[in-house]
Amino acid sequence: MSYMKEFTKGLLKENPNLVMLLGMCPTLAVTTMAQNGLGMGLATTFVLVCSNLVISLLKKVIPDAVRLPCFIVIIAGFVTFVSIMLDSLLPELSESLGVFLSLITVNCIILGRAEMFASKNKVIPSILDGLGMGLGFTLSLIAVGSVRELLGTGKIFGLHIAPDMIEPMTIFILPAGGFFTLGCIIAIIGVITKKKPKKAGCEGCPSRAVCKQPECGKETA
Amino acid sequence: MELVRDLMIILFTGILTENFILNKFYGICPFLGVSKTSEGALGMGVAVTFVMVGASAVTYPIYHFVLLPLHTEYLKTVCFILIIAAFVQTVEMILKKHIPALYRTLGVYLPLITTNCAVLGVTILNTDNGYSFIGSIVNALSGGIGFLLVMVIFSAIRERIDKCSVPKALEGTPITLIAASITSLSFVGFSGIVDGIFGG
Repeated sequence: MSYMKEFTKGLLKENPNLVMLLGMCPTLAVTTMAQNGLGMGLATTFVLVCSNLVISLLKKVIPDAVRLPCFIVIIAGFVTFVSIMLDSLLPELSESLGVFLSLITVNCIILGRAEMFASKNKVIPSILDGLGMGLGFTLSLIAVGSVRELLGTGKIFGLHIAPDMIEPMTIFILPAGGFFTLGCIIAIIGVITKKKPKKAGCEGCPSRAVCKQPECGKETA
Repeated sequence: MELVRDLMIILFTGILTENFILNKFYGICPFLGVSKTSEGALGMGVAVTFVMVGASAVTYPIYHFVLLPLHTEYLKTVCFILIIAAFVQTVEMILKKHIPALYRTLGVYLPLITTNCAVLGVTILNTDNGYSFIGSIVNALSGGIGFLLVMVIFSAIRERIDKCSVPKALEGTPITLIAASITSLSFVGFSGIVDGIFGG
């Protein structure tokens, strides 16, 4: 039962992207098409599950003082694996994700989950947590991507669905449209979950332990 | 002259038309997190610029003289992130020991920069675009200045938003993102300016 909760919390209630506001860069950058959002989300999910698995296995071996560099190396290893696989299996997707595929390494969702969950919990809950968080991230990428693709080009997943007489609003596939769509979706999620959206804070920030900013402590408290 | 022109094109493209925050979406986390006050935005911007230029200078020789001859280009993500982490740590220790005044202003932002995707992003872009050593440095500098510029502009906007009454559902992050969207829109106005000036 509690295993189920570890999985489902990431989908909506603690959605890493829309509620906890982590990993905003890829959310804005790759969501000009729903398809790219799906690809990016699944790639991130894979890295997240693998890194959570390895980190929860190694949590007793890794010395506390150097844990962040260790986590980063583990994550970067899996990212390299994913980008080599995508390069050879889905070259088109790999092309359109571009540099953001390598930047999964510094996605704060992955380091945040490693620091907050996997380094403190057993293997099975960590895998479920990674899976739930990853799928939550994928869902939000698809949501943002669908809205932008529909309004910007009249298509969803490449299928033409808007009637021809409606002129597509190109602004939505420009960067400005990305910021706007994400802002609106976060507001809607905030209303649905009846919780005021948190300010972009340090909750999952991997540097929280070393960060000496006075604001940081205030926001997490 | 050709070289200078190419470098100027890289510089102005990075600052205005392909701004790191508003156009390439690098470093959105510090953009949303630290841009609440002008001082914070300025400190973070300067620190990021410094680390980006330094990291580009360090990663260039390692990529071209170690990874390429050994045919291990695929290790660049792992390698670069470690170099950046070590570089940030070193800078922090040197500043603390020798220039305590600067450390007091920039010190708090340095640990946050290791996981800033702008820094890893710029080093990977340098190798992907095949820039020369000077090109890499100028690219990092232009990204940094663009980052600094937008951080400072946006912190002023946020200080104004704080004084406004915002619809309840949009309070907090949503209104910040919508303001960012309008700022981004205003930067679209710069498109074509670089070609116009340098006849690229």
